[in-house]
Amino acid sequence: MAETAEVKVGVYCAADNEVASAIDLEALEKVALTEMKAALYRNHPNLSSAESVEQIRRDIGEHGLSHVVILDRSARAFPGLFEFGPEVMVDLVPLRELVIWTHDANDEDTQMLAEDYLRMYVARTKNLKRPEPQELAVERRVLVIGGGVSGMRSALDIAGAGVPVTLVEKTPALGGWAAKFTRSFPTKPPYDQLQNGDMVRELAERVNGDSAIDVLLDTRVTEINGQPGEFEVKLENGGAPQQLRAGSIVQATGWRPYNPERLGELGYGKKNVVTNVQLEQMFANGSVLKADGTAPKSIAFIQCAGSRDKEHLPYCSGVCCRASLKHAMQLREMYPGINVYVLYKDIRSPAQYELFYQKAQDDPGFFFTKGEVQRVDEKDGVLAIDLDETLLDEPITVEAEMLVLATGIVPTTSVEDGVFAPGGGEENKPDTRIRDEREEGEVELELLPSGKKVAAGAEKGAKILNLTYRLGTDLPTLKYGFPDSHFICFPYETRRTGIFAAGCVRAPMDQAQAMMDANGASLKAVQALEMTAHGQTLHPRSRDLSYPDFFLQRCTQCKRCTEDCPFGALDEDEKGTPLPNLARCRRCGTCMGACPERIVNFQNFNVPMGNSMIKAVEVPEELEEKPRLIAFVCENDALPALEIAARRRMKFNPWVRIVPVRCLGSVNTVWLTNCLDAGFDGIMLLGCKHGDNYQCHFVRGSELAEYRMENVQEKLQQMQLEQERVQVSAVAIDEWASLPELFDDYYEQIEEIGPNPFKDF
Amino acid sequence: MDEQRAAYDLLVVGGGIAGVTTAIEAAEAGLTVALVEREPSLGGRVARFHHYFPKLCPPSCGLEINYRRLREHANVRVFTLASVESIEGDSPEIEVTVCVRPRYTNPVAFDYGEWAKTCPVDCEDPFNYGIGRRKALYYPWDNAYPPRWVVDERAVDDPAFREWAQGDPAGGIDLDQRERTVSLTVKSVAWATGWRPYDASKLDRLGFGELPDVLTNVIFERLSAPDGPTGGELTAPSGREVNRVAFVQCAGSRDKDHLPYCSGVCCAVSLKQASYVRERLPEAEIHMFYIDVRTPGRLEDFLQEREQDPRITLHRGKVAKVEQVEDGLAVTAENTLTGDRETVTVDLVVLATGMQPTAAVEKLAARAELDENGFFIQDDEPAAHYGVGTAVRPLGVAETLQDATGAAMKALQMARRS
Ligand SMILES: Cc1cc2nc3c(=O)[nH]c(=O)nc-3n(C[C@H](O)[C@H](O)[C@H](O)COP(=O)(O)OP(=O)(O)OC[C@H]3O[C@@H](n4cnc5c(N)ncnc54)[C@H](O)[C@@H]3O)c2cc1C
Ligand code: SF4
Ligand code: SF4
Repeated sequence: MAETAEVKVGVYCAADNEVASAIDLEALEKVALTEMKAALYRNHPNLSSAESVEQIRRDIGEHGLSHVVILDRSARAFPGLFEFGPEVMVDLVPLRELVIWTHDANDEDTQMLAEDYLRMYVARTKNLKRPEPQELAVERRVLVIGGGVSGMRSALDIAGAGVPVTLVEKTPALGGWAAKFTRSFPTKPPYDQLQNGDMVRELAERVNGDSAIDVLLDTRVTEINGQPGEFEVKLENGGAPQQLRAGSIVQATGWRPYNPERLGELGYGKKNVVTNVQLEQMFANGSVLKADGTAPKSIAFIQCAGSRDKEHLPYCSGVCCRASLKHAMQLREMYPGINVYVLYKDIRSPAQYELFYQKAQDDPGFFFTKGEVQRVDEKDGVLAIDLDETLLDEPITVEAEMLVLATGIVPTTSVEDGVFAPGGGEENKPDTRIRDEREEGEVELELLPSGKKVAAGAEKGAKILNLTYRLGTDLPTLKYGFPDSHFICFPYETRRTGIFAAGCVRAPMDQAQAMMDANGASLKAVQALEMTAHGQTLHPRSRDLSYPDFFLQRCTQCKRCTEDCPFGALDEDEKGTPLPNLARCRRCGTCMGACPERIVNFQNFNVPMGNSMIKAVEVPEELEEKPRLIAFVCENDALPALEIAARRRMKFNPWVRIVPVRCLGSVNTVWLTNCLDAGFDGIMLLGCKHGDNYQCHFVRGSELAEYRMENVQEKLQQMQLEQERVQVSAVAIDEWASLPELFDDYYEQIEEIGPNPFKDF
Repeated sequence: MDEQRAAYDLLVVGGGIAGVTTAIEAAEAGLTVALVEREPSLGGRVARFHHYFPKLCPPSCGLEINYRRLREHANVRVFTLASVESIEGDSPEIEVTVCVRPRYTNPVAFDYGEWAKTCPVDCEDPFNYGIGRRKALYYPWDNAYPPRWVVDERAVDDPAFREWAQGDPAGGIDLDQRERTVSLTVKSVAWATGWRPYDASKLDRLGFGELPDVLTNVIFERLSAPDGPTGGELTAPSGREVNRVAFVQCAGSRDKDHLPYCSGVCCAVSLKQASYVRERLPEAEIHMFYIDVRTPGRLEDFLQEREQDPRITLHRGKVAKVEQVEDGLAVTAENTLTGDRETVTVDLVVLATGMQPTAAVEKLAARAELDENGFFIQDDEPAAHYGVGTAVRPLGVAETLQDATGAAMKALQMARRS
């Protein structure tokens, strides 16, 4: 990545009236040619015109340019325009956004700013190369784990797209829970008729009949090794070991019912009290009878039994309202005289399911009561349920001969019986690691906020995938055992590349939604094969061909990169040297930011690049009273926010120099110390929000950056510098309006503490 | 001006968050895709939202990532200001005619931001649901994709506009552009045509359209957004000081006279908007009238945080009427279970209006079965035509994007079949 003889940079600058009337282009040309040794400099009145693009192309041929730096608009403004083949590195400088629109025209400081950006980008580009794709001979087979409706639907889709599937189911039959249920919610107009259970049976028949799908029943995954494109999977099939290779994985391991043993306060354990799942079993057996063998004349349902409850499942299980409506209708069919009481907090029958609820409301045998259950007693074969009627605000008692607890859904990734830490806290927060712990030799363990330790990345008790990854055996979870992702915008993103969750393991959902979810997850699984084969990364830097290059001769086995990678891409050998799995890598650069030896670099984004940009800025002497601030800015959110502010012609502080980065996680602390050495007075890091509602597209990048700043603070102390010299701020893409103030406020702080004492050295 | 017939694996109709997702996911899986959007910019409804529940994060954050994916992908052809005129034939040779309306500008690096301020002609602003006006030369919104200026077609023939446009400093304006048609052959069509807010003026006695301070939830999003007509400041249209806000749930939903179904998201939307109020007017009291609070799954936390907020009161009841009274707007709700009536007086009323599928109000060229409310009937199997997201049922963004990704799977299977 060092500067080589072939590097020949051509610089092109927009020179229409807007630009030419604001800055001195002749001076710019001089900086480019004499100071920065560009091979060529041209102004053009309309750089984005076809004629100008042609000119650049000609120059590349005639002058043998290897790098082209274009000062005009940001890359967001010119979709696909400046593309000159795989040999030529193109770097766009957002001159209008960062200089022309946001600073006073014909001002000495604006000119200095423009010249600095020119220097920074020419210097930077010399350290960049177009990456060559790391193509991979992928195994074109998808492993689907779990044979419920989600898993079966996934298998059919993937096979339908021409990719062979191995479907692994731990029980002796396909179908999961849905196969145990005789009737199902209405999904077709008029949306008020129960469906029979044929759908699940038909799916299973199709799966069994599809020659592209290998179904392995009674089988569990015992180990998964490798990376997308080449996962090595070990199975145990009825006790016998088996192996296979797969290119990607769908985890559709579903759910289990909440453990009713914990619902004693709702009457579980008393005679004639059953859960909704047990009731399903009774329907499947053909009759619903009381313990004495007679038919019930009345039956009550307690909704949210163990859901929406901090002591049990803190979330809403989503389907139990509809399940009880279904059950009640089945009972009314079975026993036309039966009275059904539904005791609820809210009836949740969204979308067209409302019509299903309306049908139940129109039935005179249904009684809906909104309230909180206080206690359940049994006397002479009658169950008495005391509840605080929410509406009348007074206690009432409902009596029924049978009671059904509408229990909820626990993802199979969660702890064994679906119980959370006392108080409902999120016990399972992986990766909240305290580094020092590890150094005491507890490599596999993480310290949780609660003081408990669990295996890193895996949920206590849940070992489904059995990944051999250094960061744990399973998909890291966000909350309540559901896999971590940007669940709003990118529902199939997971933190283990090439492994996608579908169905109730991902979030509570009904069959219709599970099928829809399976469609989506299976697309991602097939897409992962395509992209991995071409050496492309997956979302969010989709199709990026660059990859981290580890210069391992200088590795000190500090394990920072292997611990910090949000996607678990890096394993370790016994000594602790990283073993990169590039197909797992999402190219965030967090490892590059982590490495104290600076030996992790990308072809087109690297530590020397940052250093060269820092060095390229002209830092005036203290006497000149022109402070210099530098801002490392996340290119996913904070940078577009800056560009929006610019397009709105907001004015920026003239002392700030912007350096875009892939993620704050990619900022190596050496950049910060180099900035201080170079005489910058203050350093800002602008990235995404972290925490439970994090917005960082690489999940933990901005959080890690903040964590690393603690080390930087120590460094500052050693250098006898003020803490304020480095500041991390969270900036969302819609917070553009606050940016000018953010810069100004920071500058004021710096002004108060005075210039960097290292400036004039 | 017909372009030559071009072949794609997939046509996506509608460039909202669902259509964009289907298009890019399909392209990254190896398909060629044409994306047709009626408006000048992609993004659809979510582009006009301030934040998403439950993370309270800006929609442009996810859109930006998707735009980057689109921008750099040669397999996707995006047509904006375009609509499907006709569809003939069946997979794998579905013949589609697309009509592309003129933008009246050509791409230039120059940004008209400053100059457009001098434009003498302005038009009613549909992006802000008619609140305020915009210049006839306008930039669709901050995160517009494609990132291009547009001339409002209503102003093209206005002499004042034409004269002003003569002074174009960058030569990007081109008032001679004409409508053109494009012919495509595709293997399947994903109808990501989305939804529109139910027309609140049909709701008798709730005052929308008559009382200025009765708004809908979509308008409220605009009033809360930093790029909205008030710059994100919460003010009542009448100018009245806002100290009390009411949210009226199921405004038109779960109602046999309007939308018989539940719109599924409006409960979470109002809870989210309650946070907008809390953030901007920390002293204001907030009332939410509901039948059931429907916040499934992990939205439970979102609900509970707000239930515990002393400034937010949840009232069980269906709002029967909203009337102007001396000190504000009187909201009267009836508890459908007990028959009790309750009246609360507030300064601003937000109607949580529901979602209506586009096909309920306009005829689509889709060859697929619709239900009586205009929704596509859910089908998990690959087909030549399929609905996506809110074209199939009212859904939030997270679920819509599940379905949108799944739609790409249907497209992939249809493409590989042929
Ligand atoms: C009482 C009740 C009634 C319901 N009724 C309805 C209804 O009428 N209509 C409706 O739409 N929805 C209903 N639901 C919801 C519905 O059951 C779920 O949406 C559906 O089961 C989801 O399917 P799944 O494939 O995600 O999960 P599952 O059905 O749980 O399937 C997962 C499969 O993976 C297997 N598996 C698990 N772990 C492993 C492993 N490690 N290795 C290999 N295989 C593994 C399991 O054995 C199982 O076969 C109801 C829910 C409840 C609680
Ligand atoms: S670039 Fe990111 S994903 Fe890749 S190895 Fe480094 S930290 Fe992991
Ligand atoms: S989501 Fe809430 S407000 Fe919307 S229709 Fe359903 S119950 Fe009514």
